[in-house]
Amino acid sequence: MSCSKMEGKILGFVDWRLKEGERLEMEKHLSTCAACQLRVNQFRAVNSLLDELPMIEPSPAFDIRVHARVAAEPVKQSWWAWFTPSPRVALLASMLLLGAVWVGYEATPPMPFGDPKEADLQMMQDMPVLEDHDVISSFEPLKDLPQPVQADEADQTNQTM
Amino acid sequence: MARSDVQLMLDVKAGDEQSFALLLHRYRSPLVNFLYRMVRNREQAEDLAQEVFLRVYRAREEYVPSAKFTTWLFRIATNLALNSLRDNRYQRMEISLDAPVTVDAEDGEEKLLDVAEKHPNIEQHLVEDARRKLIRHAIDKLPEKQRAAVLLHKYQELDYGEISKILNCSESALKSLLFRAYETLRVELAPLVAQQGKVG
Ligand SMILES: [Zn+2]
Repeated sequence: MSCSKMEGKILGFVDWRLKEGERLEMEKHLSTCAACQLRVNQFRAVNSLLDELPMIEPSPAFDIRVHARVAAEPVKQSWWAWFTPSPRVALLASMLLLGAVWVGYEATPPMPFGDPKEADLQMMQDMPVLEDHDVISSFEPLKDLPQPVQADEADQTNQTM
Repeated sequence: MARSDVQLMLDVKAGDEQSFALLLHRYRSPLVNFLYRMVRNREQAEDLAQEVFLRVYRAREEYVPSAKFTTWLFRIATNLALNSLRDNRYQRMEISLDAPVTVDAEDGEEKLLDVAEKHPNIEQHLVEDARRKLIRHAIDKLPEKQRAAVLLHKYQELDYGEISKILNCSESALKSLLFRAYETLRVELAPLVAQQGKVG
């Protein structure tokens, strides 16, 4: 076994992270290779030097600050809040209703070649109420509707934070 | 029996604030120390550690226990530290890393005035203090990703699989990262390493 192949395992050998087989292989190599044995000794020395660094203690106010920042987080409304009457719900409902009525009067869709799907699409694109993003996006309770999340996807989200 | 990290996090997800306090208690010191050794500024380290806990809290509802809790926690911490170091880079360039190591007391350590009373053998203490400064200086000089790898490996005792997920690299890339870091440390700390060899 060559030294270059051993290099990657020296640290693992030093801090007992190698599997039994790898460890035996390393011991066999070390018994015949002074250079790797020296490296092992030096890495051991570095390892114990790193132990000399003292730990610091978080300041007494640390927990208080974390709790304060957590307490300052906006409280999410529950899913059931959707059903409780609120001015925003009433506003959105009336906007949608007005929009629908307006579309009914104004936007008689052209149906040039009688393709109903295309006509529907055209109507959807023209519907002015959909352009009113402000109303839609600021409608808080909708955000709380439970969304099906794939386990892997959620993990990805967590991991990449 | 103490609840596992994952169980505590699931309890936080279910709305139990007490479990969050327990996670905070369990990880405040490891996180602050890891971040302190990453960014070398105590105040900034505490700010970042608070930010880590805040992000954990914010993500509670989406939490899925598919990976170890510590992997997730230190991944957030590492990303925040690396971003913070990148943001501070221009500022940091002004402070040369090659400046001579001085023996003035830094934060997180005892002040020399107190030392005289506590340590009758002040010479011995100064020697130890200088040693620690050399060690810290050597760690500081490592490239950021190597530094993070060493800190997670040495002080958090995370396994290779966890650290490679945290640093978003393969296990073999991590092993070579660690090898290079130890090579640098071995050279930087050569006088101490030689001493250590005589003692050991
Ligand atoms: Zn060899």
